[in-house]
Amino acid sequence: MINYLARRIAISISILFAVSFAVYLIFAILPFDPAALTCGKNCNDPSIIEANRVRLGYNLPIWQQYLVFLKGLFLGRTFGEGAATIICPAPSFGYSFQEHACVTNSILEALPVTLSLAIGALILWLILGVGLGILAARYRGRAADTGSTVFVLIGTSLPTFLTGLLLLVFVVVKWRILPYPSGNYTPLFENPLEWLNTMILPWITLAFAYAALYTRFVRNAVIETLSEDFIRTARAKGLSEKVILRKHTLRAALAPLTTMAGLDFAGLLGGAILTEAVFNLPGLGRLSLGAVVDFDLPIIVATTILAATIVIVMNLVVDILYAFIDPRVRVAA
Amino acid sequence: MSFLEVNNLRVEFPTSDGIVKAVDGVSFSVERGETLAIVGESGSGKTVTNLALMGLLSPRASRISGSAVMHQSSGDVELINLPSEQARKIRGKNMAMIFQDPMSSLHPYYTIGDQIIEAHQIHNKVGVEVSKARAIELLEMVGIPQAAERLKAYPHQFSGGMRQRVMIAMALVNSPELLIADEPTTALDVTVQAQILKLLRELQSELKMAIILITHDLGVVAGAADRVNVMYAGKIVESAPVRELYANPLMPYTHGLLSSVPRMDRAHGTRLSAIAGQPPSLIALPAGCAFAPRCTFSSRVTGGPSRCASAMPELVEHVPNHFARCHLEGATL
Repeated sequence: MINYLARRIAISISILFAVSFAVYLIFAILPFDPAALTCGKNCNDPSIIEANRVRLGYNLPIWQQYLVFLKGLFLGRTFGEGAATIICPAPSFGYSFQEHACVTNSILEALPVTLSLAIGALILWLILGVGLGILAARYRGRAADTGSTVFVLIGTSLPTFLTGLLLLVFVVVKWRILPYPSGNYTPLFENPLEWLNTMILPWITLAFAYAALYTRFVRNAVIETLSEDFIRTARAKGLSEKVILRKHTLRAALAPLTTMAGLDFAGLLGGAILTEAVFNLPGLGRLSLGAVVDFDLPIIVATTILAATIVIVMNLVVDILYAFIDPRVRVAA
Repeated sequence: MSFLEVNNLRVEFPTSDGIVKAVDGVSFSVERGETLAIVGESGSGKTVTNLALMGLLSPRASRISGSAVMHQSSGDVELINLPSEQARKIRGKNMAMIFQDPMSSLHPYYTIGDQIIEAHQIHNKVGVEVSKARAIELLEMVGIPQAAERLKAYPHQFSGGMRQRVMIAMALVNSPELLIADEPTTALDVTVQAQILKLLRELQSELKMAIILITHDLGVVAGAADRVNVMYAGKIVESAPVRELYANPLMPYTHGLLSSVPRMDRAHGTRLSAIAGQPPSLIALPAGCAFAPRCTFSSRVTGGPSRCASAMPELVEHVPNHFARCHLEGATL
């Protein structure tokens, strides 16, 4: 197990290097001059552009820039000299002229928002999706199953921006149950109630779409597992249907859910762009979207590397979890 | 009075295409310490007959009628349409079943110890330690070395033959009086087949249980059974002690089955014969003998093929203790 982990971590790190280099090539390939972008849209003063080019290191060859970037990740970076010195401490992803901030700081501000959104939604849709899926499979062909089918149909058809807007229109505007989203984010530990007020509708919006997919997946997985030979063996032993479902069916049926949930969660951590936009949440999705619109290359590079890291880490977590669930994986590892 | 008396058992599955008569008025009996083989091709009703006895058919998908009385040492019990709670108490305790594919019949996520102990715990109010000792005893009985350590192993760590031994140990953990073995050797290597059949024979003489052996393999029947029921299209078409059946098949179908088995004592170069045609659909069974369309002997029947096609022959005792369902009288095939 230790060997397996060490090998996996080594592979993960090398993948990260490859991803970061590939993303960094954006600077070289895109038909933009990153130095010209730093001085704003209507700036034509070549002396400022040239000065910024040197300050930000864009005058170096691309491979040197990458090495400087890597060095910055571990040691931090200092841009410029004298009174105009900007220091971005390690881990530094560079400096964004659009945000006028070290990229790391922008990301650290946005990350808790996205984390709150993703974790809350994950918990909600797992409870909803797994619960409804099991119910539908258990009472296959009856009212509960039909009800869940309707839910799945609506959930998979409604895009999140529509669900989100509908929730806003009814819950916030018409019924005035919750305050209007302010565009600010209140951290959980500062004011839990305010945090909950801000997050509850985005959670429901995201969870609705995912729960529908999970309901369908769990229903099919449970029904498929119930037809396995080992379930027939369990029945032949004289076990009750309750024990057969809880002990013998669910563990086998829900194992693949680990992979699905892990990867969906990782995807969300990269930024739930639509949901964040609808609810005006200052998360990673909105940060990346803004960066793409403004050609804010340092932020694009940073968010892409972050998203890749999250996917790789979640893959590793899923594989480790899987080994705990399925003994056959343990031996193969 | 035999140990198990099955009388006029019928199992029907209503489907959208019509009613499938999977088992059509089957009667037989099994003695304590006797092995009854039920032989037939896929769809002949041999497995469904036994699933009905075990109470493993879904009551929502099937209609079962007839009677099957098991005269146990603890009293008589009617197995057909037994309320599910009572059926559950008998399953795995008084009657047990082993299945065709030992690869998929054991739960992949639990150790074999867990699975055998579970089978003992359901039917006995004893501590886990007692069940564990019983599991070790059973594993030793079925010939698994280092039983105590092997309890902690998972099914995928065993070979096919060893897994079938585990299945047998699990089935016998509550000392059932009736064991139903559904194609127990079909998925195994020929050498392992012989070992498993020998093991079943030994355990039977030791535990004095009745065995119903379901198979399509006449080679298995020859060495392992006392009596044979041949099934075709949901009916028993011939029933005789094993030696008698091989020496003197009275029903053309049995004859066809026997001549399709390769034999060492046949002249070199003789072609194996196959039974032409397909078994009939169980939805629209012919009025007469279900085998008549494939039968090559019907012209020798008094009354000719038209009699075979219009009148279903009864299961008649042609020779003492040798029953056949055929209009041919006393003819040697």
